Amino acid sequence: MFFQRKETKLPQTEQKRETPDNLWIKCENCSEILYRKHIEKNYWICPNCNYHFRINSDLYLNYILDGGGFIEEYVYNLETKDFLNFPGYAEKLKELKEKTKLNDASRVGYGKIDNFDVIFFITDFRFLAGSMGAVLGEKFFYGVLKSIEKKIPYIALTSSGGGARMHEGIISLMQMAKTTLAVIELRKNSILYINILTDPTMGGVMASFAALGDILIAEPGALLGFAGPRVIEQTIKEKLPEGFQRSEFLLKKGQVDLVVPRNELKTTISKILRLLS
Amino acid sequence: MRPLDFEKPLYDILEKIRELETNPSLKDSVDRLKKEAEKLKEEIYSNLTRWQIVQIARHQDRPKSLDYLNNVLDEFLELHGDRLFSDDSAIIVGIGKIDKFSIAFIAQEKGKTTNEKIERNFGMPHPEGYRKGMRIMDLAEKLKLPIITFVDTPGAYPGIGAEERGQFSAIAYSIMKMLSIKTPTISYIIGEGGSGGALAIAAADRVFALEYSIYSVISPEGCASILFRDASKAEKAADILKLTARDLLELGVIDGIVKEPLGGAHWQPKEMYKNLKEHIIEQLYFLKNLDIDEILKLRYEKYRRVGIVYG
Ligand SMILES: [Zn+2]
Repeated sequence: MFFQRKETKLPQTEQKRETPDNLWIKCENCSEILYRKHIEKNYWICPNCNYHFRINSDLYLNYILDGGGFIEEYVYNLETKDFLNFPGYAEKLKELKEKTKLNDASRVGYGKIDNFDVIFFITDFRFLAGSMGAVLGEKFFYGVLKSIEKKIPYIALTSSGGGARMHEGIISLMQMAKTTLAVIELRKNSILYINILTDPTMGGVMASFAALGDILIAEPGALLGFAGPRVIEQTIKEKLPEGFQRSEFLLKKGQVDLVVPRNELKTTISKILRLLS
Repeated sequence: MRPLDFEKPLYDILEKIRELETNPSLKDSVDRLKKEAEKLKEEIYSNLTRWQIVQIARHQDRPKSLDYLNNVLDEFLELHGDRLFSDDSAIIVGIGKIDKFSIAFIAQEKGKTTNEKIERNFGMPHPEGYRKGMRIMDLAEKLKLPIITFVDTPGAYPGIGAEERGQFSAIAYSIMKMLSIKTPTISYIIGEGGSGGALAIAAADRVFALEYSIYSVISPEGCASILFRDASKAEKAADILKLTARDLLELGVIDGIVKEPLGGAHWQPKEMYKNLKEHIIEQLYFLKNLDIDEILKLRYEKYRRVGIVYG
């Protein structure tokens, strides 16, 4: 289901980079005015309240992979199909492709983390809220086949408030099965599979490949779950408790393995790879 | 039976027939009206809009999972509980027999009366429902029983407890179990297939939809409220989503359609039970002739291929 979040804007990073005089930004959580250069150096984490700003896939790749990116990116140019002739979808895709320079909401490639070989899969919230359509399903699967071929771990970082992409209807729902099928292949081949869950990972993404890793790592404060908080509030007709469906809450409820701040993601994954190598 | 809006004219004639039938001297008029009713029925149901099909799929009197279990299986035994938390009444599981085949089943039950609906949580499962299903999948795998699932849910329940107990994880693991299990699986969308909560028990080797069933990534109401900021535009959204059995077949998402009596299963439940029973038996014989490696290979190809995006 396509989950909408009105109260928070798209990742600030890209939008504001355009304006040279934007030296200061306001924390979306504690409203503290922050010096932009500082927060950029601080992994887009507010030094005042530890709020993790939503960031794009380029920044994540930069923070986690050696050399700041993929050594080889796979199947970049898969064409998104408009299976349903969904109103406005083709135009939206065109617009987003130009704006984000992405071809869809996900990317997959080969890279290194502290010299360990990995296949890294990532979704980007800027592109239709990181939602899962047929291209995402195929990229995820392709990456899995590469992992098996190279016998190296598979790491998937998700920032997918959209869940399954409404615009591709039932075909997007089927990607839950397709990506899960890929995870089964990893199991059969004894390939380590790690999920990094960032804000937000919801709906069909959270209820398929993002939940099935051997180890689930969540960024602090990330909204993670199946149903969107507003849908729940409308159903139960009461306000949700503070921190509901956030990483720390899920850790307490036994639903994730670790909550790891963004600046420690790389060392944590590297530690896991070291322990298992 | 409660008529839907577009069924009103038909129900009016049927009502009149019932009135006149009490007087034997009016037999001619009754016969004439009966012909008229048949014609009208044909007219109404041969040109249904998608939104009308949505309404039939959700019809209160439409046979539900329990009706099918009672009337399609020769015999069955319901089993209870996930051994972890509780027994979710939105999902019924058990073992049964149909034409000498021993089978296991997992079925979503919406209930019909108001009390039943509340009792069954309107067919919206909690994680424990899916975990109960997985327990039966284990049993089926061990004893090499084919699994039959009946899908009928608006979706997995969006609630506090459901999220706390890992709704996402229950759904994901249920899909994974269905896709990796070493026994054949057959799913029937019997009414409403609501998103991930439906797929959790519908990722089968063979997937079929009853003629007036729907299956979608989001409800037409939900889609309308996002797209038009107005849930009442659901009629339009239903057309956009392409969620009927016929759409699903065209999109390659299901393997076939199970014929329903004209106007829907609730008009002639007995005919529906007969159709479904024959269909299930046919599928069981088909799968019986394949060895498990072949079934797993076909399953892999089926889900590997879905929504393929290469040129
Ligand atoms: Zn702050």
